[in-house]
Amino acid sequence: MPFACIFVPDFPVEALLRSEPELRSQAVAVLEGKAPLQKVFAGNEKARRAGVEVGMTKLQIEACTDFVLRARSPLQEAAAHSALLDCAQSFSPRIEDAGDDTILFDLVGLEPLFGPLPKIARDLARRASEFGLEANVAVASNLDTAMLAARGFSGVTVIPAGREAEQLSNLPVAVLFVGAVPSPTLETFDRWGVRNLRGLAALPDVALSERLGQEGVRLQQLARGSISRTLVPVEPPLIFEEAVELEYPLMLLEPLTFLLSRLLEQLCARLGARALATQELRLRLELENGWHAEDDCCPSTALDSSDRRIFQRTLRLPVPLLDARIFLKLLQLDLKANPPGAPIVKIYLSAEPVRPRAAQSGLFLPPSPEPEKLELTLARITGIVGEGSVGSLEILDTHHPHGFRMRRFAPTEPQKLDPRPYSGEKPESSSAITALRIFRPALRATVTLRHGKPSHIVCSKQIQGDVLWAAGPWRSSGDWWEQEGWSRDEWDIAVQAESHIALYRLVHDRLSGRWLLEGNYD
Amino acid sequence: MASPLICSQAAMNHPIVFVPEERSALLLNRLSALPKFTGVTAASRLEMRPAPKMVSTGIHAMDALTGGLPRGCLTEIFGPASSGRSSVLLAALAAATQRQEVCALVDVTNAFDPQSAAAARVVLDRLLWVRCGHEREGHDFSRANKTFLKAGALAPQKKVEGPVEQALRVTDLLLQSGGFGLVAIDLSDVPPKMARRIPLTSWFRFQRAVENTPTVLFVIGQVPCAQTCATLLLKLQASGKSVVDPWSSVLGERPTTNDQRRTIPPHAQLLDGLQVDGELLRYRMERKPSRSVNAAFVTKMLRTG
Repeated sequence: MPFACIFVPDFPVEALLRSEPELRSQAVAVLEGKAPLQKVFAGNEKARRAGVEVGMTKLQIEACTDFVLRARSPLQEAAAHSALLDCAQSFSPRIEDAGDDTILFDLVGLEPLFGPLPKIARDLARRASEFGLEANVAVASNLDTAMLAARGFSGVTVIPAGREAEQLSNLPVAVLFVGAVPSPTLETFDRWGVRNLRGLAALPDVALSERLGQEGVRLQQLARGSISRTLVPVEPPLIFEEAVELEYPLMLLEPLTFLLSRLLEQLCARLGARALATQELRLRLELENGWHAEDDCCPSTALDSSDRRIFQRTLRLPVPLLDARIFLKLLQLDLKANPPGAPIVKIYLSAEPVRPRAAQSGLFLPPSPEPEKLELTLARITGIVGEGSVGSLEILDTHHPHGFRMRRFAPTEPQKLDPRPYSGEKPESSSAITALRIFRPALRATVTLRHGKPSHIVCSKQIQGDVLWAAGPWRSSGDWWEQEGWSRDEWDIAVQAESHIALYRLVHDRLSGRWLLEGNYD
Repeated sequence: MASPLICSQAAMNHPIVFVPEERSALLLNRLSALPKFTGVTAASRLEMRPAPKMVSTGIHAMDALTGGLPRGCLTEIFGPASSGRSSVLLAALAAATQRQEVCALVDVTNAFDPQSAAAARVVLDRLLWVRCGHEREGHDFSRANKTFLKAGALAPQKKVEGPVEQALRVTDLLLQSGGFGLVAIDLSDVPPKMARRIPLTSWFRFQRAVENTPTVLFVIGQVPCAQTCATLLLKLQASGKSVVDPWSSVLGERPTTNDQRRTIPPHAQLLDGLQVDGELLRYRMERKPSRSVNAAFVTKMLRTG
């Protein structure tokens, strides 16, 4: 019964390197603690080679200039752990969360799907690398052997069944002990001269039990690779959130875009590994100063009134998408139109997971814009004409002549067309409908009445003169029970223009007594 | 008197040669001796551009006049106010949206009437309405920029654009995006002076963008402004004599004298529609139209509310 283990060495460093991969070639140390008393919590291989040890103070390290020092980020560690869970979940549904840096999972039944065990192990390592984590992967016939091998051997290790003790024999005894705190048992082994697992496995069982108790026996069984236990499966929640804590406040849009790009790529990789897409992206920025009272220029939806240091934007997409570049461009356009207004210290980006869109366009369906391209185009157009000026129309259920509202443009998928060509079918009406062109806002007019109907109009330089013909009034009113009540008389009039006769809709507002030229029949 | 010089470039790789006129015959002989250019196709063997696919305008008379709207081409309709341009546009939008195509209307002066569109049977879900020059709602950009600068952050550069410039940029984006069945630009209320100022390069770019695509680019305005880029150019005009038919439904027969007219109450009259004359001015697919170049149709008034 094969099991696999993914182990990320120097997990706090790796979690930080996910957002700063360019530091991978340098010696990085992670510090923990309050400002004057910061101590080294973890360091990568290069840092260890250069002499950095856990527990060293910041002052001791600062003597050397080659180190990159970063504060420990629990946020980024949580995101990296979620990514690790997603990585395992993309291969097997039965996974065990054995720590922030270690995930165990069951490989039973996966060989027909993903190939032989070595290939699965290599694919796992590659997938973890795509998630920004350099991980060790080990496959063995029991859970603990897989875990020890992953902790002890770098890269990909596959231990055949029955050869556990032989494969583990060269590993140091320290691999049995998790954590940086030195264990008394480890010190005992050190005093006995037991340096590796081969030595521990060779110790007599009874004598070891007498001296170290059941703990000693368990450790020996681990060293022999003969212990077996059952997997404790967990169901990781479908939460896709990435976060970055910044060393310095970010004030420019360009570096913010750069960071967002990385976060989006990681988020999309995680969603893709779970065969999911997203229809809603939430960006939350923690600001350094927050908004002041006189700077209240943010839309109410964008700023939480309870915490003025948090700036939020939500991108809702009409169809599920999974393209980091498109998300980035949409966020960029949105932030350009709605800047956060203060330096940024933390970035949170989360995605609402949904099932990906499954659509197959037919050969005989009319062309329609690709949803990804359309969304990007709409965002760009919104940047040009402003929010609320682009979209599709919805006629409201009212008698008000201007009863409509704009809504998000999301055309429905075309259905199968009637096989008859359009030109062959007979339209229901042979003539076109007379269109009205609305003047927004309506033009004020001075109207002279004769026998109760308009006889002369003066509106602008272009629109003035005798009314050649008038029909009306068509009286309508509504919403009288509200403050926005309206009551009006409509007239259709014909006025001589320079070389032609123009038809207009003239409105007499009965509440204000004003005459307004509302539109032109065209 | 010195003989005039003739400038001649013998071949692409040869320098320009100036020769006296009397030597031109000699030069021509030499040129004729040069090897002929290769890779130049004779005009008679040039590939013929296939005729574009036509789609219905939604009006029989217009279809009979033009054969429909050509896909992948620019169609321009112009005329004065109340000449039926917008009615034709609505009919074309209705026909396209009923064919399940996605359409876009770039409304330069924000004059589109949703009620008219609904009455014309335009499928509103499939129509993208872009209102250029419309006031920005909700968010005050100028104040936001000011605050952002205060915070020491980079402020986005705000570029003040007129509606026409906005419309051109939006059209560019829509055409580049692709997938639209019909993209209409409504320049009807744009003063002719301003419309003519739209650079010809913009129209060439639009025409090039829709070429070999199923998109119909449709422009309406007061004057023709796309010039040679328009494959189909139509002029509309309301015929003066029967613009309205006020006495049609109520009295049955028309009153003749002024006294009789005075007795008719104004609310008994009704605007029945527009009678529109269309004239085909250019159709680049046919050198000489064999059909009549004029057509007339009547738009119907539909009251809503």
